[in-house]
Amino acid sequence: MNKLPVSISPHLHCGRSSRSIMLDVIIALVPAIVASTIIFGFRALILIIVTVAACVASEYVTRKILKRPDSIHNLTAVVTGILLALNLPVTLPFWMAILGGVIAIVIVKEFFGGVGQNFVNPAITARIILMMSFASQMSTWQPPLNYYMFRPDVISSATYFSASQTGQKVPSLLDMFLGIRAGSLGETCALALLMGGVYLVARKVISPIIPLCFIGTVVVFSTLLGGDPLYQMMSGGLLLGAIFMATDYTTSPITRNGKIIFGIGCGIVTVLIRFFAALPEGVSYAILLMNILVPHIENLTIPKVFGEGAKVK
Amino acid sequence: MDTLTKAIAKFKGGVKVPHNKNTAEFESVFMEPPKIVTIPMQQHIGGVCKPTVKKGDIVTVGQVIGDSEAFVSAPIHASVSGKVKGIKPVLMANGQMCDAIHIASDGLPVEFPEPRPIEINSKEDLLRAARESGIVGIGGAGFPMHVKLNVSEETPIDTLVINGAECEPFITSDYRESLEYPDRIIAGMQAVMKHLNIAHGVVGIESNKPKGLRKLRDHLNELADLDPTIDVMEIPSLYPQGAEKMLVYATTGRKIPPGKLPSEVGCLIMNISTISLLQRYIEIGMPLTHKRLTVDGNITQSKNVVVPVGTPIGDVINFCGGLIDEPSKIILGGPMMGIAQFSTELPITKQTNAITILSEAQRLPEESPCIRCGRCVEACPMSLLPVQIERCTRNNDTAGLKKLNVSACMECGCCAFVCPAGRRLVQSMKRAKQLEREAAK
Repeated sequence: MNKLPVSISPHLHCGRSSRSIMLDVIIALVPAIVASTIIFGFRALILIIVTVAACVASEYVTRKILKRPDSIHNLTAVVTGILLALNLPVTLPFWMAILGGVIAIVIVKEFFGGVGQNFVNPAITARIILMMSFASQMSTWQPPLNYYMFRPDVISSATYFSASQTGQKVPSLLDMFLGIRAGSLGETCALALLMGGVYLVARKVISPIIPLCFIGTVVVFSTLLGGDPLYQMMSGGLLLGAIFMATDYTTSPITRNGKIIFGIGCGIVTVLIRFFAALPEGVSYAILLMNILVPHIENLTIPKVFGEGAKVK
Repeated sequence: MDTLTKAIAKFKGGVKVPHNKNTAEFESVFMEPPKIVTIPMQQHIGGVCKPTVKKGDIVTVGQVIGDSEAFVSAPIHASVSGKVKGIKPVLMANGQMCDAIHIASDGLPVEFPEPRPIEINSKEDLLRAARESGIVGIGGAGFPMHVKLNVSEETPIDTLVINGAECEPFITSDYRESLEYPDRIIAGMQAVMKHLNIAHGVVGIESNKPKGLRKLRDHLNELADLDPTIDVMEIPSLYPQGAEKMLVYATTGRKIPPGKLPSEVGCLIMNISTISLLQRYIEIGMPLTHKRLTVDGNITQSKNVVVPVGTPIGDVINFCGGLIDEPSKIILGGPMMGIAQFSTELPITKQTNAITILSEAQRLPEESPCIRCGRCVEACPMSLLPVQIERCTRNNDTAGLKKLNVSACMECGCCAFVCPAGRRLVQSMKRAKQLEREAAK
């Protein structure tokens, strides 16, 4: 009897791979990377490269030690590295950025089983750990278009939130849109982030549900509380968080209704922190908190099976 | 009423598969009888047939060689004329052993006897003819047709839905039926509708087969007295449009609840080739002995070929010029739901409608960890959560599976087709169902 190759059906595949999806995410992040380099100078680009290198290296080494198959080729570590860097101030010492990369990959991702298994977003969690550990370095804001390489300005520039709270001059709406303001590397340029978001939706990498619900809730809720909707939308890390972090596959719900609940939840928590908590910004904490609720949201939103409840004769 | 009717509803999910209808314009060709045919005694769900011939008997085409007393069964006929070489068990593709009658062909071409039209005057006549024709459905289970036609008085049927969707890539065998025998399809529908007292009939064909749609519509228009109760409907080209529930939804707007039969929403579904074969039996009295197969993929000559039931796969491949690459994956059926065969000696059965050949170069991607992208959820036409089902299955979590409605899965393969991690999700679905059965014990 001749031997033939057999396998379970289907015998066709659409050709899309995890790697190609992650490559699309990286492409979507290019505008934000370019913008951060223009706004904060060459050091921004170096910081991104250093963080990515830290993430990739720590994933490689951890998986070697844990005797897991190598997973560098799926590019998820690169995405985590870029996202983490975009959430850091340009003035951050490189070793802190490297530490952040190691925390994101080793503790948050690999210790929980690696790609697809972590229950919170690695980049966001690493950022929060860095904020708690190095509070002043993580909130030293370099003024935009004020390039430097090794010796940062001692003057810390105000963000929209700190400026509006202390009565300083706030950036114009156009500056906000173009990103000419203080902030983390990748969060300032609304234009670049929106370009990335449109690309991700057009390439069907993400569904627009989470970003729309997240941003929409912030806009509506903050307006009700007396905030300026456009400033609320473009300031802080909202666009970066809503488009690139809250849509992280592993830590957001897979059901349609779950995505709606998740997006609205992120928006509500963000506004509550912005308006009522001691912290100036709440996007990271909001996403982290909602990440933890994902399994419960999914359990509550199991869709109806086709035909369930339909009338029969 | 010259225009084609459009689908009433479009199901959520599904995937756009490559159509690859390369053989669409290939007229059916007849293959000469092979040296030997192997005819299994179980080619349908239900009772296994017992051989009614013995070693050394001389048989002719269309002669009954296996039958069963069971209600759910269909007789099996000789597909070549020749001598019974023996009755031996064979290992079938589903892993089960099954008795099979081996007939050495006398090599004579199929000689169709004088047509013996069957007179149909009542539902009983129709059911008897359906049983004697030996026809079984071509959908997975191979339901004997007479069982399906035996509709109960309690669930009256108002619509006969003819499945001409042919949503699997490559396969054009139903399409050829609609081009070559439109008259038989319509006449068969009229007979079934008349004797089962069904008010409406609708043929659903995917929009990627405009010629097939046109041919049937034109034939309806040409009939002496236009039959207003029959519709030809263009339905979306979206896999798995040909699945029972998706088809009924597209053609009638009715949803069949999970675990229910089409009859409970007033529909009777028959495949387009099946209804044509029934009409052929009524017209000439020749039972199901041959099947049209689309042989396509990585093969020297793609063909639509009519072969005797029981022909070894290898003979059909040789008739089509042989494989281009060896080894190749040989699939009975289409590439989405067909079954990869472990041997070319296995026979073509009544349910076979295609042989699809895929080369090593077309092998599936390696499995990698799930990234929870949710594409399987978007693709599932039944609105299931394949990613969750797989997770519960791997953890043997039967309590978790309970909430996930695995039994509604029809194993269409949309989830695995789109999975960027190349997960073998259909395998997980099958395993999940097995776990549920074990837990129920």
